[in-house]
Amino acid sequence: MSVTTLPPLALAPRQPSWLVRLFDYKPFLIVMCLAPAVGLLAVFLTYPLGLGIWLAFTDTTIGRKGVFVGFENFQYLLTDSLWWNAVFYSVLYTGIATFGKFALGFWLALLLNNHFPFKSLLRAIILLPWIVPTVLSALAFWWIYDPQFSIISYLLVDVLHWRSSNIDFLGSPWPARFSLIAANIWRGIPFVAISLLAGLQTISPSLYEAAMLDGASAWQRFRYITFPMMMPILAIVMTFSIIFTFTDFQLVYAITRGGPGNSTHLLATLAFQRGIAGGELGEGAAIAVSMIPFLVFATLFSYFGLARRKWQQGESND
Amino acid sequence: MTDTVAQPSVADAKAAPDTMAWDSGLRRLMMIYLPLSCFVLILLFPFYWMAITSFKPNAELMNYKEHNPFWITSPTLAHIKHLLFNTAYPRWLWTTMLVAIGSTTLSLIASTLAAYAIERLRFRGSPYVGLGIYLAYLVPPSILFIPLATVVVQFGLFDSPMALILVYPTFLVPFCTWLLIGYFKSIPYELEECALVDGATRLQILRRITLPLAVPGLISAGIFSFTLSWNEFIYALAFIQSGANKTVPVAILTELVTGDVYQWGALMAGSLLGSLPVAVFYSLFVDYYVSSLTGAVKE
Repeated sequence: MSVTTLPPLALAPRQPSWLVRLFDYKPFLIVMCLAPAVGLLAVFLTYPLGLGIWLAFTDTTIGRKGVFVGFENFQYLLTDSLWWNAVFYSVLYTGIATFGKFALGFWLALLLNNHFPFKSLLRAIILLPWIVPTVLSALAFWWIYDPQFSIISYLLVDVLHWRSSNIDFLGSPWPARFSLIAANIWRGIPFVAISLLAGLQTISPSLYEAAMLDGASAWQRFRYITFPMMMPILAIVMTFSIIFTFTDFQLVYAITRGGPGNSTHLLATLAFQRGIAGGELGEGAAIAVSMIPFLVFATLFSYFGLARRKWQQGESND
Repeated sequence: MTDTVAQPSVADAKAAPDTMAWDSGLRRLMMIYLPLSCFVLILLFPFYWMAITSFKPNAELMNYKEHNPFWITSPTLAHIKHLLFNTAYPRWLWTTMLVAIGSTTLSLIASTLAAYAIERLRFRGSPYVGLGIYLAYLVPPSILFIPLATVVVQFGLFDSPMALILVYPTFLVPFCTWLLIGYFKSIPYELEECALVDGATRLQILRRITLPLAVPGLISAGIFSFTLSWNEFIYALAFIQSGANKTVPVAILTELVTGDVYQWGALMAGSLLGSLPVAVFYSLFVDYYVSSLTGAVKE
């Protein structure tokens, strides 16, 4: 019976050490696999988020532990014209920039959805504004907005003769506000366009063929097929866009640092100025925390306002 | 009017390409190529402007009357030379690279394991853990940087690149985990079951079967993480104080912008050089990048 000697031999390497067996114990393995991610997020995200909310109710400054002061910071903010200014500009900035990004990004996505040569190359280079570090492209915009050597002024004044003097883009409040919004739109278009292009490609061509047979015009096909089919992805991309535009920091900090005359402060840059540069950690945290209600509202609005359509059209929710 | 005339032409052109070819060709030119060229022109112009400024001598930079601003007559490397030899720019590049690679590695390890546990080991509540990790992505750094600064000080990591390596995963892990869950989902479960039946341990399955099959996902997660950490600004601005430890975006803005007269040539050269690693890295893997962004919908 030489066969009987074989199984023990084959089984021999199947007697792993206790360590390997421990890792084969599913609950242990699950805990071990989740530990790094959950640990990192707990220590550097959840804890700071809680700490930030706590700090907002204290009068902590750099180098001194604060005491609980209740709603004092928030009461102060309500009387602070700079905070109101920042709220106003943050809402304006988010509103106009989101609208611009989505209008132009959707248009670009529709254009990219056509067939033409070098399509993938074009898609690749169009993403560049989104890839390149924001601060670095913001510096390019700063130079483009230079009061004396702006290339836009040069075009308008010396080439086209439409204006007689250079535009002082960043020198007074309203031009500065719109210059920043324009730079934000420029940066946001590629991401919106590529995300929406992904959505466009999931729409079955047979829908358009059927509509064409029924004699639907290009506008009708867009209005009754493309737009409703794009609603779910629009809702998601817009929610993201609103969150990250409202809490934007880099662009404003790099180009105007909140100036001229504090007119272009977003809540994030104001929080930085008060909290880190000014050392008033408690007040800075309160400004940062004051963004949360706006974010929750904007998220709920964009998500439910747009995603609601999905089940109205009788599609399954997933 | 144009709609009613042009509309049948699209349908007709499909049936008989020659009859209406000119009409649809012109239409395509006006409706697709013209706006598309405008988009490309505007989206790429700041980079052209950045590049051309980097090589312009100061005389041309400040004189539009005698020199065409859109071109360089006598290109110079003076700005780049100044940047590389008279500033700590190489050091900043090095720090940025170190931070980006460190945080990318950390995030990839953490999120691969997390995605594996959530998607493959399936336990009660795993969808909620996945959702929780994903929701973390929606917490913007602008809300966190003040408390995080105090946490970083508590850990004795203030002014150290290590702080950035540990903090960046907070926005990289949610993203990568979500991306990798999608990739793991696309790998047939049967492959793992076969391996289990054959007596492989879970970790062996992860290492020998799941990971090799998820390589495209790992690459795109890696590129995203690398570009995102190269791009990061607010944490680097708040946690790093000494000039030598700064990352490129922060250093250019805080160290190179000095005085009332901006050295635009050097600033633009710095922006250009700081953008290049990301652009090169991105162009190497652009197919992964675009396809993972467009939801892997390929023609």
